Amino acid sequence: MTVPLYHVLILAAILFAMGLACTVAWRANVIMMLIGIEIMLNAVMLTFVGGSAQWGMADGQIFSLMLMALTSAEVSLALAMVVYLHRRKQSVNTDDFDSMKG
Amino acid sequence: MEAILFYLLAAVTLIGTLCAITARQAVRAIVYLVTSFFSLALIFYLLGAPLVAAFEVIIYAGAIMVLFLFVIMMLDLGHPEKMETPRLGDWWPALLLLAAILGSLVILAAGHPQAPNTGFVEVTVRQFSQALFQRYGVAVEIISMQLLFALVGALYLGRRR
Repeated sequence: MTVPLYHVLILAAILFAMGLACTVAWRANVIMMLIGIEIMLNAVMLTFVGGSAQWGMADGQIFSLMLMALTSAEVSLALAMVVYLHRRKQSVNTDDFDSMKG
Repeated sequence: MEAILFYLLAAVTLIGTLCAITARQAVRAIVYLVTSFFSLALIFYLLGAPLVAAFEVIIYAGAIMVLFLFVIMMLDLGHPEKMETPRLGDWWPALLLLAAILGSLVILAAGHPQAPNTGFVEVTVRQFSQALFQRYGVAVEIISMQLLFALVGALYLGRRR
């Protein structure tokens, strides 16, 4: 393929910015915050794979694989936490969990 | 040909993600995100990473998104009236961040009008597997431990008391 690495990096940066915007804008809803984190991690994976393709090294792809394993662990724990919180207060709104007044 | 395909897939990814982060229902956001992940997997394939592309479809679109969907349906969060959409006042910090990142991108792109157009080198599955299990064998073990701990933690959080 003859696309410059530069364009891949621009795509990854825009995706990361979208994920960040999702996490910041939906800060009242836990599930949409987690979706924003997923988008950001995907942008990072795209950066790793682009670098791996540019220099012909397998390391970038291996790191994206590690990132996938990390994400699945993170999502399973985070969603278990969401179920636990929903069982306590019947809500996934972060404003309902302000009893520590932080 | 492949370059045109790359730009098309990039457009699909960006539009899908944009629809996902502005969707009014969580289930719709998940479905848009699955579309975006499929086109991202094709981009990985074009970048010479067939294994990562396959794992993207299997693990991301197939397992993680289904886990999200499962939790949304189990907790009955699919109704749009139950989910509070962000007001316009909630969007402005996000738009500020987005504008800052996009502005810096535009400035960077204007500074380098001709990007060097070197071809990509494909990493074969054999090279990938050899590097994974020879040089990064310890990392594989640590990742498996981490997945085990996540399993135990999820069981602990999810038990009935």
